[in-house]
Amino acid sequence: MESSAILAEIPRLRRYARAMLGNRAAADDLVQDTLERAWTRFDKWRAGSNLRAWLFSIMHNLRVDQLRRPTLSTLSTYSINEIENEIPTRAIQADALEVRDLESALAQIPDEQREILMLVALEEMSYAEISTLLNIPVGTVMSRLSRGREKLRMIMEGNVPATKLRVVR
Amino acid sequence: MSLNPVSETDLHAYVDSALPEARRTEIEDYLNQHPDEAARVRAYVAQKKALQAVFNPVLDEPLPENLRSLASPPKMTATGRSGNAFLSHYSLRRIAAGVVIALASGYAGWLAHTPHQPTESRIAMRPLPQQAAVAHVVFSPDARRPVEVLAEQEGQLVAWVSKRLGIPMHPPKLAPLGYELVGGRLLPGNSGPVAQFMYQDNTGRRLTLYVSPEYTTTKETAFRFAQEGSVNVLYWVDGQCGYALSGSIEKDELARVSTAVYKQFEHK
Repeated sequence: MESSAILAEIPRLRRYARAMLGNRAAADDLVQDTLERAWTRFDKWRAGSNLRAWLFSIMHNLRVDQLRRPTLSTLSTYSINEIENEIPTRAIQADALEVRDLESALAQIPDEQREILMLVALEEMSYAEISTLLNIPVGTVMSRLSRGREKLRMIMEGNVPATKLRVVR
Repeated sequence: MSLNPVSETDLHAYVDSALPEARRTEIEDYLNQHPDEAARVRAYVAQKKALQAVFNPVLDEPLPENLRSLASPPKMTATGRSGNAFLSHYSLRRIAAGVVIALASGYAGWLAHTPHQPTESRIAMRPLPQQAAVAHVVFSPDARRPVEVLAEQEGQLVAWVSKRLGIPMHPPKLAPLGYELVGGRLLPGNSGPVAQFMYQDNTGRRLTLYVSPEYTTTKETAFRFAQEGSVNVLYWVDGQCGYALSGSIEKDELARVSTAVYKQFEHK
């Protein structure tokens, strides 16, 4: 397995993890876990098969494991600009409110629907690819996509009260 | 005009441009005659674009070094310790996760666990500020027994913590800033013991300093800020340890105290 091929997939893994977990530190931890697990099993990866799909399936399985235990998933992490020069690249001021609306709406979509929304929108995977990746029938992919999109539409149009993310204490 | 009925799947496949040209045209005709459905489809298209607009910028963020380095096979013995298998690494991390959950669910839960031995030096799954915030919310409200060893026995505290962490560890002196040492305790970290020192000001406001020796392989970082509910956390890594200062105080005040802590550790 070539390092450059893996390196090329990391940004996509990060994007998907960020979309699913919401916060940067937790998302990058998940990516790290995914890569570590991939290296322990890369003898099981068949050369020439789809590296991206393989990495995404590892990440999916890890996340399913993580969902079984409670986490402080709402911890948000960002830098102090006056102390540190690194500037967060997301959520540019003007869009911040909209982004927060969308993100809080997303948080209300069941995980199994949200992951399909993300794989379709961000990874632009076909329904058949998603079915293989998640190991579920295409019909299930379609019904989750349909319910997820409709629920997100209802929340964004204000038909469902948008509850704010609450911090777990 | 086809007589094939339009299904929900067709509408989604239309949104995702997954239809053959002929069918696509049929769906367009259908939408022209069904404005409600057309509005729904437009909303789905807009959703998809919004998701891309929000999350695509992640693709352009610089890769953290720990992820970049994982594009190559991990060096199992980079720190010179026995890192024989990832399996043990994972099982250790499961134990660590269990400990964190126990910690979050209360002191009683924590007591039931024995801190396990540090056999593996890899940086584990819980981000430092999160561990620190949990430890802060568990122990700082405790009026009667917030620490294991009180500041009056500072000598004992230093000896005990230093021995268990394996590095000399003196709680920094923050009295000039208005925070007196209450005492300290050991806690289970991701793969071994970590220390928590507690301070309080004359109004009883408490700060906790969480010191984890599990960051030896991470290079020095700048101060970073995290927030969990009403708890603010400022954290950094100095090449030897990770530090996190937590409290329900303003960011500026936290930064002022953190700077003092950083300087004291630096000048050891």
